[in-house]
Amino acid sequence: MPHLEVRNLSASYGDLKVLHGVDLSFEKGEVVALIGPSGSGKSTILRVLMGLTPCTGGELILDGQPIVPSSTASVRAARDKMAIVFQQYNLFQNMDVMRNVTIAPVKIKGRPRAEAEADAARILARVGLAEKSHAYPDELSGGQQQRVAIARALALRPEVLLLDEVTSALDPELVNEVLDTIRDLAKDGMTMLIVSHEMAFVREVASKVVMMDKGKVVEVGTPADIFDRPRSERAREFVGKILRH
Amino acid sequence: MAESLRLRNAREGPLPTLLLINGKAVGPGYGPTADHRDLSYTFQFNVIFAHLPEFLQGAALTLGLALAGFWGGAPFALLLAFARTSGSKWIKRLAGGYVTFITNTPVLIHIWFLFYGLGDLGILLGKYTAVIIGLMAATSAYGCEIMRGGFLSVRRSEIEAAETLGFSRLQTVWYVIVPHIVKTVYPALANYFIVLTLSTSLAMIVGGEELLGTAFNVASENYRHLEAVIVAAGLYVVITFAVSLSLALVGRWAFRVKAKIF
Amino acid sequence: MEQILQQLPEFFSPINIRMLVEAMGVTIALTFFGCGLGFLFAFFIVFARQTPGHWALPLRAAAIFYVEIFRRVPFLVTSYLVLFFIAAIIKNASLFAIALIAIFIYATAYTADIIRGGFESVPRTQIEAAQAMNFGRWRTLIHVIIPQSWPVILPPAMVFMVAFVKDTALVSQLGVFELAFRGRELNNHGFSGILVFTTIALLYFVISYPLTRFGQWLEKRLATPRSQKSQRKLR
Repeated sequence: MPHLEVRNLSASYGDLKVLHGVDLSFEKGEVVALIGPSGSGKSTILRVLMGLTPCTGGELILDGQPIVPSSTASVRAARDKMAIVFQQYNLFQNMDVMRNVTIAPVKIKGRPRAEAEADAARILARVGLAEKSHAYPDELSGGQQQRVAIARALALRPEVLLLDEVTSALDPELVNEVLDTIRDLAKDGMTMLIVSHEMAFVREVASKVVMMDKGKVVEVGTPADIFDRPRSERAREFVGKILRH
Repeated sequence: MAESLRLRNAREGPLPTLLLINGKAVGPGYGPTADHRDLSYTFQFNVIFAHLPEFLQGAALTLGLALAGFWGGAPFALLLAFARTSGSKWIKRLAGGYVTFITNTPVLIHIWFLFYGLGDLGILLGKYTAVIIGLMAATSAYGCEIMRGGFLSVRRSEIEAAETLGFSRLQTVWYVIVPHIVKTVYPALANYFIVLTLSTSLAMIVGGEELLGTAFNVASENYRHLEAVIVAAGLYVVITFAVSLSLALVGRWAFRVKAKIF
Repeated sequence: MEQILQQLPEFFSPINIRMLVEAMGVTIALTFFGCGLGFLFAFFIVFARQTPGHWALPLRAAAIFYVEIFRRVPFLVTSYLVLFFIAAIIKNASLFAIALIAIFIYATAYTADIIRGGFESVPRTQIEAAQAMNFGRWRTLIHVIIPQSWPVILPPAMVFMVAFVKDTALVSQLGVFELAFRGRELNNHGFSGILVFTTIALLYFVISYPLTRFGQWLEKRLATPRSQKSQRKLR
């Protein structure tokens, strides 16, 4: 049984239809990368999964359980199992790093504070930010903030990690520290859905690549399939353009 | 003492509009048409609606007082704004002192001072005169601050840009400075006018027959104070919507100012 | 003028002075408690106004209606509304309480708009991050929105309260023994209007001016440091 399945998903922002019947599925431990030009709907899929954008049609199934957008309980249950890291990190500006990472586990999941803080310390060490646990977001660089955001997501012990263009807002020299962190997570077997423009990274880390354009899935395959042997016209065009860099 | 008592009687305002028995408020519950059971109260709006034309007259007077207070005070506001920004040290202090005093003391006290206080000096102002002067004083002070904000918001860079484009002093003022100030100041003044319109209800305290005063007049015959004041409140809301809509439209068309209509 | 000089000793008798000081206390109490409670309740009004879902439509409508109505009705009218409404159902109600309720209603409506503006100034992304972690509306408000919006909310709220000190003069019409009422009373007893009302005005000034300056200081303190970091240093 696939870990996460998306069937015929449609979504719109107001009158603008962004997704036209998208199908996706992946197993536990897979690292799936969504690539494609801007506006193809990649981020929207992540947002719909987290219930941040409403879907207008289709089904979402997590661990065999459907996610019913109209049912608050269903959406909350789904959010319980997934965590998202945003392009703009979205750290809570009024809290320090430790509180940012521990607030959800303590207040929402009800874990004891001491346990959550120990857990947080461990995760922060893993992403290389152990000494910054009492710094505030505005005292950190973009790369550091993004790693805190990843730590915050990991502290929730999710089954699935959604990464929405997490390096796109970073200065080039800060990108690698974040990619290193993600590479580690992939090695550890975390199920991940990554939206990214970093093609070399995608190629290295992803077990499956989904190429999208204008709200539809254009092609699905292994990185080798997509980058070396693109079958569809559109995929070939896209790969051709990006490989020229 | 007796002398001043006589003078005061000449200035005595209307009977208190509130029935006070032993210092406790007594409402319509004790009037002739009232219900004596403790928790029930039967609303009778029809007696009030019968007097709607009077209410509308009162509303008209409300607007009249507001307009008089505003346009009477606005020129002084402008003068004071100039005084505070480009006057000599002493003029600045004087103007500033006046504005600070007016903006930190209640308008009601000003009006009472004018209406009852000046009587001692033999100056007997009519109730509407006192109210309008009070509102003019308030407008001059608050308006001054609004306009001063407008003056101070003009940036050096705008003036320099105009000068480098070859504008003469006068042209700079007319084409650059004035429009900028008007755009900054208009929404604030429009807002102030609405506040002013609502504060005309003070006139009722000295016996004025604007909207609230009319409500009490009407209620004095049938003791339906609650209904009368409810109707007055409703009319105030209507007036406020009408005035803010008009001011927003005027702002958009005449001054190209984007003001909220709602 | 000689008349005023004649009246001075009697005017500034210990009894009168004590009465005026008490009246100042009443004015201050009315302002602080009325506006303070109104400000607190306004948070709930804004929370109610932002409740999502079809079922909440009456709640949202009620919140909007309440704010829009009482912002457009003069305070004097609101005071009388409360007075006559309460007098119709409760005999011998305390005038001070009635005034406090009127102030409460008025302050709630005005500060609700300030608070709503403050809430809307928090970036949407902060709220989405909280949503994605299952925070729920109330938790998001307490842990994310209020901590980030209070510097934007407090100065205008303070300005409102300070300005309201002057409006308390209107509750003299309800019979509350505050400054304006005592002033009118003294004038009725025969003291010169010029003497009485100038003194009363000065007493209001004594209350209002320091508060105004404090409000300005607060505004400056919270406005210039734009980053959260400097604001943290303030606390």
